[in-house]
Amino acid sequence: MTDATAGGVARPAAKHGSSLLTQTALMRKRNAAEARFKAYGIAAIAISLATLGIMLWTILSDGVSSFFQAKLSFPTELSADVLDPKGNRSREEMTKVTTLGYTKVLTAAFVAELAKRGIDVESVSDKDVAALISKDAAGALRAQILADPQLVGTTIDTTVLAAGRIDGFLKGRVTLETAERDSNITPEQLQLAQKLKDSGMLASSFNWDFLTNPDASDQRPEAAGLGVAIIGSAYMMLIVLITCVPVGVAASIYLEEFAPKNIWTDMIEVNISNLAAVPSIVFGILGLALFINFAGFPQSSSLVGALVLSLMTLPTIIIATRASIRAVPPSIRDAALGVGASKMQTVFHHVLPLAMPGILTGTILGLASALGETAPLLLIGMVAFVDNYPSAPAEGFLDPATALPVQVYGWAQRADPAFIERSSGAIIVLLLFLVVMNVAAIMLRRRFERRW
Amino acid sequence: MSVLLLLVSIVVLSAAAFVICKGRALASVQGNPRDLHSLPNYYGWHGAIMVALPAFIGLLLWLIVQPMVVEMQISQYFPAEALAEGSSQELLMEDVRRVAGGLDVAVATGALSGKEATDLSTVSSDVRAILADVGVPLGADVSPEVLTAAQAYRGLTATGGTLRMVLIFALALVGFALAVKSITKEFRARNRVETVVQGLLIAASSIAILTTVGIVYSMLSETIDFFSKYPIQDFFFSLTWSPNFRGGSDLGIIPLVWGTMYISLISMIVSVPVGLFAAIYLAEYATKRTRSIVKPLIEVIAGIPTVVFGLFALVTVGPMLRDYFAAPLGLGDSGSSVMTAGLVIGIMNIPFISSLSDDIINAVPQSMRDGSLGIGATKSETIREVVLPAALPGIVGAVLMAASRAIGETMIVVMGAGAAAKLSLNPFEAMTTMTVKIVGQLTGDTDFAAPETLVAFALGMTLFVITLGLNIVALMIVRKYREQYE
Repeated sequence: MTDATAGGVARPAAKHGSSLLTQTALMRKRNAAEARFKAYGIAAIAISLATLGIMLWTILSDGVSSFFQAKLSFPTELSADVLDPKGNRSREEMTKVTTLGYTKVLTAAFVAELAKRGIDVESVSDKDVAALISKDAAGALRAQILADPQLVGTTIDTTVLAAGRIDGFLKGRVTLETAERDSNITPEQLQLAQKLKDSGMLASSFNWDFLTNPDASDQRPEAAGLGVAIIGSAYMMLIVLITCVPVGVAASIYLEEFAPKNIWTDMIEVNISNLAAVPSIVFGILGLALFINFAGFPQSSSLVGALVLSLMTLPTIIIATRASIRAVPPSIRDAALGVGASKMQTVFHHVLPLAMPGILTGTILGLASALGETAPLLLIGMVAFVDNYPSAPAEGFLDPATALPVQVYGWAQRADPAFIERSSGAIIVLLLFLVVMNVAAIMLRRRFERRW
Repeated sequence: MSVLLLLVSIVVLSAAAFVICKGRALASVQGNPRDLHSLPNYYGWHGAIMVALPAFIGLLLWLIVQPMVVEMQISQYFPAEALAEGSSQELLMEDVRRVAGGLDVAVATGALSGKEATDLSTVSSDVRAILADVGVPLGADVSPEVLTAAQAYRGLTATGGTLRMVLIFALALVGFALAVKSITKEFRARNRVETVVQGLLIAASSIAILTTVGIVYSMLSETIDFFSKYPIQDFFFSLTWSPNFRGGSDLGIIPLVWGTMYISLISMIVSVPVGLFAAIYLAEYATKRTRSIVKPLIEVIAGIPTVVFGLFALVTVGPMLRDYFAAPLGLGDSGSSVMTAGLVIGIMNIPFISSLSDDIINAVPQSMRDGSLGIGATKSETIREVVLPAALPGIVGAVLMAASRAIGETMIVVMGAGAAAKLSLNPFEAMTTMTVKIVGQLTGDTDFAAPETLVAFALGMTLFVITLGLNIVALMIVRKYREQYE
């Protein structure tokens, strides 16, 4: 025995005075290795948490400002000569006046107010002064007047969007230096904007329009909103819920409770775990080939998007449901069968209700991942520019729509940096929805979790 | 009768059948349910199923078959010359459908009466103008043949609609009659209902298979079409990728595979050590309290949508790498690069690797650790020499799955890697991947006859095969490992 260990490494280095309390050189080395190893672990965790923190922080700091918007307020005299040339306040005739007419009215009122307040426009031309107002403002005013033709001829207080660059100036994104290199704005205009701000005409306020407006063109980042995207995402989640949950639960019940062990069920099992790992873009190709080219559903409709997402979410829901059905103890089944219930009655009256909380949690988590999915939706045309709200459900499912994550991508592709801010803002909205869903799932789990 | 209305009436009929059958069943035993074979409700359900199921199946089949039959009937209206002139039957069919749809709109809005629409002729009136008035613009004037065909199409569709209604109601009523007739007190209603329910369950679980079949079929048919227009050896072995919608494109997959593999490699270099060390720390060193805080936080990363990572790559990581590494080192001046995409995909994969490895490390039996610690090994020695070797197959499986996720990732590379197909070693240069090109070739205006569009399906097929292969290997390794300790 002693002979066998004599050649070992761990032989005491010195015969005299060897103690557990004083470390030998080897022991010091091994302990240092131990400390290093532990430090690597801590570093790895620190790196992952730090990147998470940096990512969330950059997005929040970029995006929060999109919830605030610079607006100009000034009284506008709605001159009847321009807006209602015939003078009989009839809506049909007034629709003939295009936004150009309203632009004229707004510009005149704005310039007049500047003069009245004694704000010196210095070298800024009238055209450049008018450019401080968003191109979207005239359209908004027109809609307001057409809704209430009696306003014509009166003077109303209007609050209109300021141009995107002015908005950027208030948020610090546009400065006098960047304006020098920018063909859309001059430093003089910014100085004028500063004066307007000092006088109170230009102010930043909470931007509800960001949540309700449809998308806007490249030239008008200040008017772009998430309305269509939120409706589209909501429609898709609704359809995913009503197609995916019954099918997923039915499939899980069969596989867990009834399926005999044979090649067919084995194939289904392997299939489900493989489908869960297929890249999402492949589902997009499937959707394009199957639902659009073959079945002829309209492009960029929320129905097609939802069907693709359903096929993607199905494996997730099946896996979660099967786990929670398996967690119901066999004694419950035995008791039900013992008092004479049929197999089907046992499952539907006893197993399923007990597995419900788990199924619900899995469903919510599956929906959350479907809500954030982007790539397959690009292929079925949901990235198209949509500025009309889809109509109410049933027919609305076939209308062109877009989705929150796709809107994030769409805005990130635009040239104007103001759209990056919008994009980050859209992510904040998306993450809020995801947080709500995940918290709901966690609370459900806590509330109904049962240990058998 | 519209499809929706038909569906609603089937549902109403089957609800009626439920009530009537249940009542009949109870009446057959003078209101004493104990004498029945099944609970009274099962007789009701049996009636409802007998009405609804054949009717639904009939409706579904009809909806699929009717367009085919109608098109076959219509095609005889097309003169042989029109087909010979190069306009294909499909295009003519499209015209016919459009004109017929326009006529329907015209009748619905009252621009034409029903009789006028059937008697309309190209000689006496300008069909294109009439249809344009009701909001159906046509590309060209309507030829007499197309108009006759469209009128025949409307006629056939209308007849088909009537026939459909008659058939569906007949099916529903026959089912109803059979259900009512079969009710006796010995009738095994529950067994019949349960058989149907089980059939539905089986159908639901087959959808997973159908999805796979759909994926393979949809990509395979288009891929075969692609290879009939573009030589297969050029696709797999050509070193250039330069699609050109005017023809004469080079569609070699090698630069795309190179970009994909390069980006995946960088992402694995980031995610494997970080994820693995995080898992080791959490499983072996962390106190219960630390673990309960840190583990969910790391899993938050897994819940973040990939488009968020994409924006992070585009706005933060890309410019940072360009300004602090690529530009000073003289390696390039592009914000989107292999490095950007690789780093961000690596971050995305950290929680994936760490939670899978965490499970695997926890599955290593405690007795193995105790044995090692008992003979005097330090904790890190135990992990390195005992726990990790035991967990290795599982970890390899997790790494392979992470690699397949990195290869199939789309949004991060679309926003962070660039679009230039290049064969280069410089990690700060923009390169592109298969997924980027799938998105690129399939978004916007697409012409499904051009090889430049169809190549996306071949790329998708390649991607599908690669990721499927990786996953099957990973699954096999993980399964084998699991059996070892169970």
